[in-house]
Amino acid sequence: MKRNYGAYLLVLPVILYYIIFAYKPMYGAIIAFKDFSPGRGILGSHWAGNYGFEHFISFFNSYFFGRTLKNTLVISLSSLLFSFPAPIILALLLNEVKNKFFKRAVQTISYMPHFISLVVVCSLIKLFTADTGIVTYFLSMFGYDSGAMLSHPDLFVPVYVLSGIWQHVGWDSIIYLAALSGIDQSLYEAAKIDGANRWKQMIYITLPGISITIVILFILAIGGIMNVGYEKIILLYNPGIYETSDVISSFVYRKGLLESNWSFSAAVGLFNSVINFFMVVVFNKLSKKISGISLW
Amino acid sequence: MKNMNSGAKAISGKSSLKDYLSGYNLFSYFNYIFLTIIVLVTIYPAYYVIVASISDPTELQRHTGLLLAPVGEITFAAYKLVFKNPMVLSGYMNTIFILVVGVTINLIMTIIGAYFLSIKNVMFKKYIMLFIIFTMYFSGGMIPGYLNIRDLHMLDSIWSLIIPGALSTTNLIIMRTAFVSVPDSLVEAAKIDGANHLKIMMKVMVPLTKATLAVMVLYYGVGHWNSWFSASIYLRSPSKLPLQLVLRNILLANQSGGMTGGVGLDEVSQLSDLIKYALIVVSTAPILVIYPFLQKFFTKGVMIGAVKE
Repeated sequence: MKRNYGAYLLVLPVILYYIIFAYKPMYGAIIAFKDFSPGRGILGSHWAGNYGFEHFISFFNSYFFGRTLKNTLVISLSSLLFSFPAPIILALLLNEVKNKFFKRAVQTISYMPHFISLVVVCSLIKLFTADTGIVTYFLSMFGYDSGAMLSHPDLFVPVYVLSGIWQHVGWDSIIYLAALSGIDQSLYEAAKIDGANRWKQMIYITLPGISITIVILFILAIGGIMNVGYEKIILLYNPGIYETSDVISSFVYRKGLLESNWSFSAAVGLFNSVINFFMVVVFNKLSKKISGISLW
Repeated sequence: MKNMNSGAKAISGKSSLKDYLSGYNLFSYFNYIFLTIIVLVTIYPAYYVIVASISDPTELQRHTGLLLAPVGEITFAAYKLVFKNPMVLSGYMNTIFILVVGVTINLIMTIIGAYFLSIKNVMFKKYIMLFIIFTMYFSGGMIPGYLNIRDLHMLDSIWSLIIPGALSTTNLIIMRTAFVSVPDSLVEAAKIDGANHLKIMMKVMVPLTKATLAVMVLYYGVGHWNSWFSASIYLRSPSKLPLQLVLRNILLANQSGGMTGGVGLDEVSQLSDLIKYALIVVSTAPILVIYPFLQKFFTKGVMIGAVKE
């Protein structure tokens, strides 16, 4: 045991890091129950009304609660519906490609957008969906004259989700390709002898072979359904389309950092964090029950 | 029976016209075509940006539809302006500083954290693991996080982009998985030779997990290179901004509350679209040029991460 003192000394900076940058802000989250004023500090600020729940109550009673909750869910569910199956399909298609060079080329190129910075991706989205942009141009060829797409409330979610697929489909397929390469090849040989064609082989061997991976990733995706990142949203949205694009996290950003409404926005953020945490715990339990595999 | 037949023929390499028209071959052609379309859709934006950045600005504005080659006379005027812009240059320098110092700190923190979590029979390891993993799933949120940085007097300091992101828990777990896979016998042998923890970490663990360390450098590096949000909330002085935030301010200026003031690029309004394209090329090229060579390291990281899942 004695020789382990060195190990604790070694890990000390890591512990301190988590205390200062993860646990201290958790303690700081109590400003959600206070009327925080920067001059008084966290401890010195007065407790909020309604036993500290004033800010939560005013959020739940506000117009923004329904709007941000709805937008968060719509964006998450649309992503789940379209972005989730896309990499599975890509992996299955790539798996059928026999030409190694072609397969590698498709992989290399499809992973690429994952490394392009969000700022650049969002600039490209804005340029291409502007009223003279190329995406808008193609839509008008099919008789859909939208003008600048991101000034239409109805088009925000499609633009957000489809560009998300463009960004991540290749990268997200890696994990399925790994699962596919783990399937015992002798199963295919046996199926061929039994007269199964390629389609049947896919239904009875390939899909069951990656089903565990699909189930786990799906459960995790549902667990994160209330967790829509703000970065891409705040790069793309504008006040004209808040009604469909403003999610909980972007609302927190605006109220807190732009309008200095500290306690109120901290309350909204805390509400979201708590829900996210319970979703992950519940769906992780579910994953453990179904597949025996969990995050921790 | 029919399927067996075509299977046998496929193996022997002799296939008739009938086989080519069979369902699978048809699927195969569509598959190649579909994947080729995906590739084209993926590359086209990059191609468009490059071509547009050297096109004639007036011709470009008049052009509609697919852009396959530069329109008008090829010009590098936009690049000249971009390279002369002081914000772009200081952005580049700031990002390089953050990248080098940040990744160095990231590596040190990740190695020591992962090493501790990989030691066998050390007290409190389970609790420390829980203490770390918990932060992956629960956080104080954006506002308390911001107030924390303010209380630490790190606002408007470039260190606010380095220290608060000194460690990524996901990467820590990946690194730990690599350390755990180092054979016990090597660690035991080093212990018998009298090596302390620091020595075991540096002389046994680190040399044996170089491939994973390369993955760490790439993940952290790309993270720093692409990061803009922290800088947008923590930094005020224009001279301290990293490249991505400079880009945001110029490219997406219409929503950034007039932050373009003093950037000095909009004086050449006729070229403004071209400048945007040139900026995208200049800022993205480094990553895209090195990426194909490092692809196998990037994907390796996904596999290691998947083991845990």
